[in-house]
Amino acid sequence: MLNMNLIVIPILLLLAATAVTVARIRNLWAAVMFTGIYSFLGASWMLILDAPDVAFTEAAVGAGISTILMLATLSLTPKKRHRDGHLQSDDFEEKPLKHSPFWPLLVVTITGCALVYGTYDMPAFGDPNAPIQVYPDPSFVAKSQPDMHGLPNVVTAVLASYRGYDTLGETAVIFTAGIAVLLILRKNTPEDDRRANEQEAVS
Amino acid sequence: MTLEDALGLYSYWIVIFLMMTGFYIVISGKNLIKTIIGLNIFQTSVFLLYITMGKVQGGTAPILRDGGGHSDHHGEGHNHGGEHGEAIHQGSEHGSVVVDHAVQQASFTEDVIATVGEAAAHSGAEYQGVLYTNPLPSVLMLTAIVVGIATTALALALIVRIREEYGTIEEDEILAIDRKSDS
Repeated sequence: MLNMNLIVIPILLLLAATAVTVARIRNLWAAVMFTGIYSFLGASWMLILDAPDVAFTEAAVGAGISTILMLATLSLTPKKRHRDGHLQSDDFEEKPLKHSPFWPLLVVTITGCALVYGTYDMPAFGDPNAPIQVYPDPSFVAKSQPDMHGLPNVVTAVLASYRGYDTLGETAVIFTAGIAVLLILRKNTPEDDRRANEQEAVS
Repeated sequence: MTLEDALGLYSYWIVIFLMMTGFYIVISGKNLIKTIIGLNIFQTSVFLLYITMGKVQGGTAPILRDGGGHSDHHGEGHNHGGEHGEAIHQGSEHGSVVVDHAVQQASFTEDVIATVGEAAAHSGAEYQGVLYTNPLPSVLMLTAIVVGIATTALALALIVRIREEYGTIEEDEILAIDRKSDS
């Protein structure tokens, strides 16, 4: 246990500090940027935990696309529109809380304590005899080599072949979400409104 | 509870702390974008939880080293990619080489499994003497990240629409406008 990577300690401390900062900061613009930092720190930890594929994806999607989408949303939802079109940072201030955050804190503390109590039954970090390492039989890692004609990355083998239908379903989810976003954001032209009114009048 | 136990569980506690911070943001704030940010933080913590569970002490990333003796035939196999199966059926010279090789590989794989035997079944994914971290949590989280960005995009689109309709993204103001229009 003591031979663990010492770089983990500052990363975990920064993760915790970033999460608390996001919770406390009232400026949404800053909060979004801190979320990007949080994702990136998370990706760094994943890299240390031997999951480079997830780390890449988290850095690209969590810290990249997600931040861009949120910044785009922020620029479309300021508190008030200025005539000259310029936005100021106080347009993105969250309203201060009216009541003390006692109840949310209580709920969060109780849930957290229950979860920590639950971890006492969890296998220790990195335990090779943990159920997750024994079931399903990990020999599929060795078998993936001949199955995939020498493809070295087991994560790719599982994602694209053994669980290929799952990835197909995932693609369907993205497609559906994309269509839904387009439909939600579609602007009604005055022409559309007039036609709808006419139809209403007829029926 | 000894120090040893605590060192074995600290990663879960960090993840739980991050998760609860995300949960707090979701339930305490009234701003819709802040709520989505909280959900995102919660989501990333769940990814971290899964990834920490997959890690094996002394293991390495699940990318098999040097193609496991398959690499010498790799170029050949690649050139004939599509005809691979056909060649085996025809029993041509090249095909038999491939079959031989496949048989070799298969028996070798079984050897590895047989020799490591019990040990392999109880010490994570081992291949040619190298211990690999479990790839399954990585696969599951890759899918989850991509589905997560889809739901986030959908939520943000709804927020933009709400802002167009109500002129605000604060939950209590939206509810107040709703109540006024109801009465």
